[in-house]
Amino acid sequence: MTDIRRTLDAIWRIEGARVVAVLARMVGDVSLAEDLAQEAVADALVQWPESGVPRNAGAWLTAVAKRKAIDSWRRRERLDERYRTIARDLEAHISGEWEPIDDDVLRLIFTACHPVLGRDAQVAMTLRIVGGLASEEIARMFLVGVPTMQQRIVRAKKTLTAARVPFEVPEPEEWSTRLSGVLSVIYLIFTEGYAATSGDRWIRTDLANEALRLGRIVAELAPGEPEVHGLVALMEFQAARFAARIAPDGSPVLLADQDRARWDHGQIARGDAALARADALHRGRANYALQAGIAQCHAHAASVEATDWDRIVLLYEALGELTKNPVVELNRAVAVSMTSGPLAALEIVDRLSAGGALRGSHLLPSVRGELLAKLGRISEARAELTTAAEQVTNERQRAVLLAKAKAL
Amino acid sequence: MKYMLIMRSTDAAIEASKDMPFEEIINAMGAYNESMMKAGVLLGGEGLSGAEEGFVVDFSAEEPIVTDGPYGETHELFNGFWLIRASSKEEAVEWAKRCPLGPGSKLEVRRVTDESDFEDFSDNEYVQKEAGWREELGTN
Repeated sequence: MTDIRRTLDAIWRIEGARVVAVLARMVGDVSLAEDLAQEAVADALVQWPESGVPRNAGAWLTAVAKRKAIDSWRRRERLDERYRTIARDLEAHISGEWEPIDDDVLRLIFTACHPVLGRDAQVAMTLRIVGGLASEEIARMFLVGVPTMQQRIVRAKKTLTAARVPFEVPEPEEWSTRLSGVLSVIYLIFTEGYAATSGDRWIRTDLANEALRLGRIVAELAPGEPEVHGLVALMEFQAARFAARIAPDGSPVLLADQDRARWDHGQIARGDAALARADALHRGRANYALQAGIAQCHAHAASVEATDWDRIVLLYEALGELTKNPVVELNRAVAVSMTSGPLAALEIVDRLSAGGALRGSHLLPSVRGELLAKLGRISEARAELTTAAEQVTNERQRAVLLAKAKAL
Repeated sequence: MKYMLIMRSTDAAIEASKDMPFEEIINAMGAYNESMMKAGVLLGGEGLSGAEEGFVVDFSAEEPIVTDGPYGETHELFNGFWLIRASSKEEAVEWAKRCPLGPGSKLEVRRVTDESDFEDFSDNEYVQKEAGWREELGTN
């Protein structure tokens, strides 16, 4: 029984999105499609231990779900015309070929990341209906209770239905805004795994790998979008450092101290390929491709000293102009300290500080502390690093900052 | 986790495949590869040319003996491989089952070793060197 469950979970990861997408196209409603698909999964759990796993499991699940839809509409009293039509259409298709089309999956992704949903709901829906993960799995990945995650998903489905979100790709004029929404959901999933924002776990590689898989899926569905390839490249470069980012005792190892021989060079090569795909579209680099370019400089440098910091400063300048994001500016300051020294960098940081940016975040004091230490202003540096440690939510990062302050 | 899907075929299956239109084989394999690309799990793979082009180095005797292919009767000739990333053994099984192979062919599926398999030997000279080699080769 548990074997069937595990097999079904694996099949669902592979086929789930396509099953839900096909159903959604037929019934015109993603949450109804998802409910039907889950009922079919429940049937499979009962029947497959007896009958064995069908050769084309995706087709089996889709056919069962369609049958359920028809039966439930048949049972309704005062069946309205809309349902009668859908039921007739389904009847016509029920024994037809199971041919999911890529566009259906793309529609599904846009629906899961629809702007009527909050960020948490978009993330949960994407992992659930596109990634094919069970609610328990998603709850575990995000360190929240299973009931919380289930409620979040149910609520998101109700919201999509209430908002009458159509099952389609966005209109051309909305396309790029909506696509960047999809990409930020995927990147958010990645960063949640790459640098856990809370708790004691430094890296949750399963979550990051799932984001990478989602990114690759979107890259195949929308190959003409440079930013999609830029995002995949960025995630490949960052994920290549996983093995080197944790010391044997589980504490984080910062970029400067990482053993670069332990980076996954096959993954770096895949990052290069993805970024080359973005550049080959000749539409210039935007947000993700610029970040990928910076990550690429690090990935190909033999050491901190041998890193092309001039190029990194330029890329940060472009990224800063584009995003107006204070974190980018802070990173530029770090790069400037490598090209022009800590004093020039400190000026940038102090300007940011005066502007009130990043207030309450540990990032600013931790960078400022590092720069002051380099300038030999030890007591100020120690105070900044202690402040940073107080503001950080990740236990391991706190330990690193306090150790730094102590070592001065 | 990474898994390698290793294709093995009997002589009979390889002979039988020669009677199939080559384009059909290309199309079936192409669709399989594409499905793994679109699912974001394919990392790489290679196919091998026929055994008649290969040779075997045998270490049974004092000195290695080199024999040109084909090798007489073989039950399991290694014909190529795919490298995929899967989140579980079951997922690797599912991808393997989707491979368009016929009677007489098998896929052997093996987990690819990673750093964690060599944790106890992290100060071994060659274990340390290997990471550098991977960097030079750009492989994983």
